[in-house]
Amino acid sequence: MIEDAIALVAERVRAGSRRDLVECLNLVDGSSTADRGRTTELLDLLYRMERPDGWVTGVTGAPGVGKSTLVGTVASELRARGRTVAVLAVDPSSPRTGGALLGDRTRIGADPKDAGLFVRSMASRGALGGLAAAAADAVVVLRAAFDEVVVETVGVGQSEVDVAALSGTTMLVLQPSAGDTLQFMKAGIMEVPDVVALNKSDLPGAHAALAQVRAALGWAAPDSGGWTPAVELVSAAMRSGVDTLVSLLERHRGHLREMGAVATRREGARAAEVRARVLRRGGELAIEALGEEALGRAAAEHPEMSPRAIAASLEARWLAGLRAG
Amino acid sequence: MGRPKDAPWLFRTYSGHSSARASNELYRTNLAKGQTGLSIAFDLPTQTGYDADHPLARGEVGKVGVPVHHLDDMDTLLEAIPLDRMNTSMTINATAPWLFALYVALAERRGIPAAKLRGTTQNDVLKEFLSRGTYFLPPAASLRLSTDLVLWAAEHVPSWNPINVCSYHLREAGATAVEEVAFALGNAMAVLDSVVARGLPKASDDLAKVVGRISFFVNAGLRFVEELCKLRAFGELWDEITRDRYGVADPELRRFRYGVQVNSLELTEQQPENNVPRIVLEMLGVVLSRNARARAVQLPAWNEALGLPRPWDQQWSLRIQQIVAYETDLLEHEDLFDGSPVVRAKTDEIVAGVRRELDEIERMGGAVRAIESGYSKQRLVESNARRLSSIEHGEQVVVGKNKFTETAASPLVAGNDGGIMVVDPAVEKDIVARLEEHRARRDARAVESALVRLEEAARNGDNVLPASIEAAKAGATTGEWASAMRRVFGDYRAPTGVAAAAAGGAVSVKAPSNDAMDRAREAVRRASDRLGRRLKILVGKPGLDGHSNGAEQIAVRARDAGMEVVYEGIRLTPEQIVRAAIDEGVHVVGLSVLSGSHMTVVPRIVEDLAAAGYGDVPIVVGGIIPEADADALRASGVRRVYTPKDFDLPKILSEIADLAGTPDGTR
Repeated sequence: MIEDAIALVAERVRAGSRRDLVECLNLVDGSSTADRGRTTELLDLLYRMERPDGWVTGVTGAPGVGKSTLVGTVASELRARGRTVAVLAVDPSSPRTGGALLGDRTRIGADPKDAGLFVRSMASRGALGGLAAAAADAVVVLRAAFDEVVVETVGVGQSEVDVAALSGTTMLVLQPSAGDTLQFMKAGIMEVPDVVALNKSDLPGAHAALAQVRAALGWAAPDSGGWTPAVELVSAAMRSGVDTLVSLLERHRGHLREMGAVATRREGARAAEVRARVLRRGGELAIEALGEEALGRAAAEHPEMSPRAIAASLEARWLAGLRAG
Repeated sequence: MGRPKDAPWLFRTYSGHSSARASNELYRTNLAKGQTGLSIAFDLPTQTGYDADHPLARGEVGKVGVPVHHLDDMDTLLEAIPLDRMNTSMTINATAPWLFALYVALAERRGIPAAKLRGTTQNDVLKEFLSRGTYFLPPAASLRLSTDLVLWAAEHVPSWNPINVCSYHLREAGATAVEEVAFALGNAMAVLDSVVARGLPKASDDLAKVVGRISFFVNAGLRFVEELCKLRAFGELWDEITRDRYGVADPELRRFRYGVQVNSLELTEQQPENNVPRIVLEMLGVVLSRNARARAVQLPAWNEALGLPRPWDQQWSLRIQQIVAYETDLLEHEDLFDGSPVVRAKTDEIVAGVRRELDEIERMGGAVRAIESGYSKQRLVESNARRLSSIEHGEQVVVGKNKFTETAASPLVAGNDGGIMVVDPAVEKDIVARLEEHRARRDARAVESALVRLEEAARNGDNVLPASIEAAKAGATTGEWASAMRRVFGDYRAPTGVAAAAAGGAVSVKAPSNDAMDRAREAVRRASDRLGRRLKILVGKPGLDGHSNGAEQIAVRARDAGMEVVYEGIRLTPEQIVRAAIDEGVHVVGLSVLSGSHMTVVPRIVEDLAAAGYGDVPIVVGGIIPEADADALRASGVRRVYTPKDFDLPKILSEIADLAGTPDGTR
């Protein structure tokens, strides 16, 4: 596919070709370095194809709160409102083996006959911007082909910060189980979300939890765009409250548009992404220049040296190489 | 003269297939051979609430049991069988209130008072979320319907066992003996708590009566000394729980009453004749100790790992029971083990282990919460992984499988049918045609209004049994009854237990850093290099079969080998699998089918994937697949077929990795 004229491929993705869409996602999910230049060119074309009324929503929350089921019901509500929807479900990779279990798809429950709904699972591939790079690329591809892109991640560590940078709206999913309702927010893992969905509203304690979340959100100052974070009770399993939740999500984007805050929000994220990409690529280039095995050797040959000192000597060697080169 | 001989337990054979007519003939033959109770096996569409013409039912109709749609089907199934004298066990869970309603309506049609009916509805929905997978509603709603049946039966059919709490399937899913007892007791307590919450106070006579009707359905494995102690422990704990937690004063009502199906997990596909002594030994654990003896016994057939058993295979298992009961002196003695310090110590050890597990479940807020959170399932997946790993490494000897594997050709599987039962593929079409006739024949408006009343009852929190019986009499079908319930409570997909592994890696067994696993990782690395992207595989189960243990193990171990695994879980249509394979950009598709529907669902997936232009994605299949079918599947384009004899998971994973992106397996 990549052999075809890049403009044609991008055009077919925009026009709704599933095959080209999938091939593009395979490409950005891959590690092949051979086509780096062409891939950049392709993604740049797709980036410019973003739909004028398109929107990216990031969804995060602890394991077991029912994120995937909720994303599924939100997606079908958006479909019912005439929007086409792509879901990108990101799950962590095992740091030990590099493998990953991607189990969200089945709970999202997409109708296989609906061409306007697309679900793709993706492994986070470890830290160091792994999610940011591949998921950001995947979002670019999906945005060219769908009105709505929903990115779902497990809310631990860095990943939801990355997601927030990709999204116009971020939604945190909580459940009303004793004690842990607020841990997530108190821990400061999540900066204040735009919308909180309190799922499993049919469980006992849901209303008490709602009051707690409201109080916690009350402490937060409205963001620079003047939006006050809001919370909605839903039950994804019972399909109740989903329409009001989707209306709330739409209200948030309406608010940002009205305030002219969309571009501001995005500028910051763009700068951060450029920075992250340069940071990561710079490191990769340094390792390529020094040689992977040289790194290992340096550590093995000087057991008395601290890793910091070894890194410093490698840095000096790399800089010298650059000057000489 | 010695004491009079004890009466033997009930001899049952779990059976049913093809159609109500064919199964009725089978039951009558079995009863004539000296079987003393009925044990009805329903097919998967009936168990999960789908009519035979539903897309998910394709290939499943009449396979693992009999399809029963409506009252006339039930009538045919039990033709010439006297309901007032028969003890009927129905292995039915999610749709138990409906099948029981059909049974009660049939009795009424034959002029037999409900109070005279005797038998058992399995009706243990909670374990379906942990093993077996034939649930259809969320756990809390499932428990509510299950409780409806318990309460209604306690009032109107006092000799019925309205629930048969199952530890059997937990063991088949890989539980240890301690986990088997603990999880089953936890589920039983959830049911009783639910009964209490519905207005039968603790220490009341009404509650005591319900407790007295609760029976258990357990497993028994080859380690028969431990099994015997397990059952003594089970009985002691049940006595204690019902006395202390529910205030039941009468010791008779606290008695631990159980039926058993002995273990199938330990039966082998290799040298299948060895399964006969295995079955005999497994049976010892549940009959040897008089004080912990089973009320009813079902034995599997020697060839279960090969395919569906034939009537002759089932007869052989019945004869085993008859020999033990009638030819030996077992029933002439008091308990052989009372006072044995060895048995006492082992029993105490199990009791202590179960108490620890029960405390943990209690701490989590009870069995329903433990299930919803995925905790219980995750525990079973872990235990099963450990079990399989110890067989792989030869720590656990399995004769004919990982040791003493040399064998002469077995004459038992040399016949034209390969030694198994083959369900006529024409059955499904015939059943669907009859169902359509039934729908045309009945009073549609009466059915419609009965279903509306049923839905109202479910919504209002009324007991659904009366409205279900009315719907049965009006001619409603299994699928219609279940649809009404789905409208009220919502359809449900349970946590897979492997999702927990994705979050924390807790499921992965610590062992797999051995040579075989290293080789698998190396194969995955090579494949990923070849493909320019980490090897991505789809694992899913088409059809209605909910036995997900095999698929889960493959998914977890494939992750451990370094693959990215899209785990799709159970109950998938071919369309869903094809869509997922394409959209996810997977390099290999792995399908698991244990229900016998492989010849219907698998070729369809192969064809549809090819028709979509992805014919180069290799498909591998695992399941209980007879050799002739395996050949046919390979001829249709399936790249590898794995059966229970292929237990070396690292080797399987290496082969799968080698298939991806090679000229032989392209893409």
